[in-house]
Amino acid sequence: MIVGELIESLDLEVVVGVNLDREIEGAYIGDLLSNVMARAKENNLWVTIQGHQNVVAVALLTNVSAVVVVEDFDIEDAAIERAKEKEVNILRTSKTAYEFVLELSELGA
Amino acid sequence: MVKSKCLNKNHTGNASSIGLSPLACDLHIHSCLSPCADILMTPGNIIKKALQEELDIIAIADHNAAGNVEVTMKLAEDTKLSILPAMEVESSEEVHLLCYFDKLHALLEWEDIVRANLPEMMNDEETFGYQLITDENDEYIAKEDSLLATATGLTVKEIVDKVTVLDGIVVPSHLDRPYNSLLANLGFIPNDLELSLFELSKNVDPDVFLNKFPFLNDYFYIVSSDSHYLDDIKSYLEIDLYGDLPKRFKEILLEATKT
Repeated sequence: MIVGELIESLDLEVVVGVNLDREIEGAYIGDLLSNVMARAKENNLWVTIQGHQNVVAVALLTNVSAVVVVEDFDIEDAAIERAKEKEVNILRTSKTAYEFVLELSELGA
Repeated sequence: MVKSKCLNKNHTGNASSIGLSPLACDLHIHSCLSPCADILMTPGNIIKKALQEELDIIAIADHNAAGNVEVTMKLAEDTKLSILPAMEVESSEEVHLLCYFDKLHALLEWEDIVRANLPEMMNDEETFGYQLITDENDEYIAKEDSLLATATGLTVKEIVDKVTVLDGIVVPSHLDRPYNSLLANLGFIPNDLELSLFELSKNVDPDVFLNKFPFLNDYFYIVSSDSHYLDDIKSYLEIDLYGDLPKRFKEILLEATKT
């Protein structure tokens, strides 16, 4: 599945959608950036409540296909600007990480 | 219970009573060794700006490293500026903590401990920024290769304990910030920590913030610039602080907590 299909299937808010053809291979859930840096895999969806601009740096480093900010957490303007510049997809949902991942699982992702 | 007070002028009263004005401090400045800081944040430029701002004491507090502190101290020798040996370390819980020492060698010992607890990751300059070390001519002479902009393997408790053993003081950074702060990341201040001071960022109204968290009433706070750019450097803290610096600084911090 690609990011664009996921957005449509789960009705996600597109905060920054610059690279919607990226493949999704699994997901990693985490809010400690250092842990995500060490554990998230390329083409994962990264599910988090963090909206700090460092999120973009970590997304680039791990090469995740998109960041999904759950529970409608705020995303800093600086993060949005940086994501646009570095072509990192940022999506958002009001669901909790658990609810979101359940739906993701039902999609077979 | 004392109301949380800014560690500001007149806490000791000595200097004012003999007609001296309080010392202007900025105790949280990032040099070009911090990947998030501007590359113009060289020790020489920082000193120049600090003197323009009529500061008396500054601290270079880089992320998980102290590589530019010694050169800053050397460059400041012929000026009226005092440099407090410092580092901003990131705990395994991603809490930022300012560590202040009264001697350079204690800071360097602490740096060895921090280095041994950094993950084995190289800095990606494109993503995180440059980590530059400078010489006494204020020129770039080396790059730090390890990624500094990340958490060490040390917990908050371990950091407080180890810094205390080295005779240093730990001050949790920007307690009001929604990320990388002791309150945001851990929810409250664990009561097994020997802390007496915390830092508030310059962007918050201390009264409004402290009213929200009555349990902070037992602590004193300082305010610093957390400068990443030269223009940010400024005094947000004035204290009566005379004598053997920075040894005296620590005494004042400790005295203030007993006031």
